[in-house]
Amino acid sequence: MSASTQKLTLVQAVTQALKQEMERDKNILILGEDVGKDGGVFRATDGLFEAFGEERVMDTPLAESGIIGISIGLAVAGYRPIPEIQFMGFVYPAINQIFAHVARFRHRSRGRYPMPMVIRMPYGGGIHAPEHHSESYESMLANTPGLTVVIPSTPYDAKGLLMSAIRSDDPVIFMEPKRIYRAFREDVPMEAYEVPIGKAAVRREGDKVTLISYGAMMRPTMDAAESLARDGISAEVIDLRTIAPVDLDTILMSVEKTGRAVIIHEAPGRSGFGAELSALIAERALLHLLAPVQRVTGFDTVFPFAMMEDHYLPNRNRIEAAVKRTLDF
Amino acid sequence: MGYKKIFRGETLRLEILDKDGRIDRKNMPEIDRDHMIRMFTLMKQMRAFDEKALNLQRQGRIGTYGSLRGQEAAQAGLAINLSETDDWLVQSFREHGVLMSLGIPMHIIYSYWKGDERGNLGEHGIKCLPPSVPVGSQLLHAVGIGMAMAKRGLPGVAVGFAGDGATSEGDFHEAMNFAGVFKARTLIYIQNNGWAISVPFKKQTAAESLAQRGLAYNVPSIQVDGNDVLAVYEASRKALDHIRSGNGPYLIEAVTFRMGDHTTADDQSRYRTPELVAYWEERDPIQRMRTFLVNEKIISQADEDAISHSVSEAVDGAVRELESMPPPDPMTIFETMYAEKPWHLKEQQTMLKTELESMHGKEVVR
Repeated sequence: MSASTQKLTLVQAVTQALKQEMERDKNILILGEDVGKDGGVFRATDGLFEAFGEERVMDTPLAESGIIGISIGLAVAGYRPIPEIQFMGFVYPAINQIFAHVARFRHRSRGRYPMPMVIRMPYGGGIHAPEHHSESYESMLANTPGLTVVIPSTPYDAKGLLMSAIRSDDPVIFMEPKRIYRAFREDVPMEAYEVPIGKAAVRREGDKVTLISYGAMMRPTMDAAESLARDGISAEVIDLRTIAPVDLDTILMSVEKTGRAVIIHEAPGRSGFGAELSALIAERALLHLLAPVQRVTGFDTVFPFAMMEDHYLPNRNRIEAAVKRTLDF
Repeated sequence: MGYKKIFRGETLRLEILDKDGRIDRKNMPEIDRDHMIRMFTLMKQMRAFDEKALNLQRQGRIGTYGSLRGQEAAQAGLAINLSETDDWLVQSFREHGVLMSLGIPMHIIYSYWKGDERGNLGEHGIKCLPPSVPVGSQLLHAVGIGMAMAKRGLPGVAVGFAGDGATSEGDFHEAMNFAGVFKARTLIYIQNNGWAISVPFKKQTAAESLAQRGLAYNVPSIQVDGNDVLAVYEASRKALDHIRSGNGPYLIEAVTFRMGDHTTADDQSRYRTPELVAYWEERDPIQRMRTFLVNEKIISQADEDAISHSVSEAVDGAVRELESMPPPDPMTIFETMYAEKPWHLKEQQTMLKTELESMHGKEVVR
């Protein structure tokens, strides 16, 4: 390991990005529930209150619409707020502010008031949390014009993508896969760097099938690819990293090569982001396909309580089975 | 142990000019003649603007329009205390009077109601956000701006406008609460015009007033007769002084009456009696100020005629400007969505451009 990197977990990478960007630009503010003295319920803002004080790291009243609504005003007046929604399952009260204003403000004001704002929210299941703590609502956000939706899956990307999001003059929804907040460490450069928004990463090269996923589902997806490789099936794996705007070129290049695509996400399948990906592939690469596109998703049910969540979440076996369906077609 | 009194509060209402044009000399603020004439002129201009808008809508020259008739005092008495350079207007959608008072050209305001996005106020000198249709949501923006003013120690006040209906939305309460906690330099300005489309104030809340809600959030508040431009002037002057001095937010409830329909798509006769409307017609804000100004010999009949003539000319000029605006460029649909256009917007923009060129020829499409 070189001297200029540190082994960090994903959540530590988030904290480091926030800290370094706040040191760089004093217009950056953090606000939300428990983000101050407590350092956030996942400790994503750990130490920032001590480093920057309550004027820049603001514990707010417990009101999601209020948190996003005042962030809009702060952004209009020249700040670059980074509000936190404590769990994505609690974002609904703020959806009016996000859809009606955050996403539209640049356009509504004819370019006069852009919304340089990053809305951070831990999402997804797998941590045995109570009800409403495990949801993945990315498709409704990706469907909203004006929003950019970023979902990292590694510590390196979490830092670089968050820095890009903070430097963007447009609102970015930054969905953090809390299931893998502390699942593993990787070398993360100490210095500031950007990972570009809107660019996918090919995590594994292969030629028989393309697996497309993002966020916490990258781990079972990579596990499935390794298992398939042991069976002699070479899978290419794409980590989207940004779902809005999605990196169409990387997807098409891969699917044109492999002729098969399996899409994996933990949100419900119906009208989920997999449907968008499947449609893009059908519209633009149909004649390259050797089998119908397959989706491996959460069920179209309420996210189950902790004791049953493992039955809900896509896993390696389901992904492998979907790949075999495309091969047997 | 046992019961202790933990809170006691009261909420005041201010009235200075009654419906017959008589003033309460004890509470009459010092206002110079020019200011009084200016407020009267602004109210006349709002009325002329409004009457013209209704005509334009009936003739199909603009689209659905929300009339401000009856609310002229509630807007002029506040607007005259605002700074064009420092203060922020965070409007709802019935604040045309405030906008024109602060210098937004009337043809731009008309263009909003014509369905032209240039009416959404991109280019102008003052700090004014576009109209906010999701009721009450804009109050939080005013609080955020007011927090920024406090953080930076700037003199500006963010005025968040809303109606009585909006005070039933959660965002009103969140705005009041955040404003109080963070001592935002924000004036929450409620024009209680009695009606949220068809729902009367009594069905909006069991409370006697909206001003009293300030007590719950430790935000100073007052109710004023919103048809009394002198009371509105005085209450808003004091509130703005309080905020500018760094003392935190303020709530004003201006009680007024929406004389017209909610918008031109509404028919108020379905839910209000002619007697009720007539009751408020007698309390018209412009008429009572006119009586006062004439009785006090601040203006003459000739002065009033001159004011009427000049506002009518200005409104006619605005209509000419409105109708000489070239149509909006359809390509602008895509231009301000993001700092950088993503691939799918580029594709869609090309598609629209091709479609327009096939219909109209290349020379008229940029």
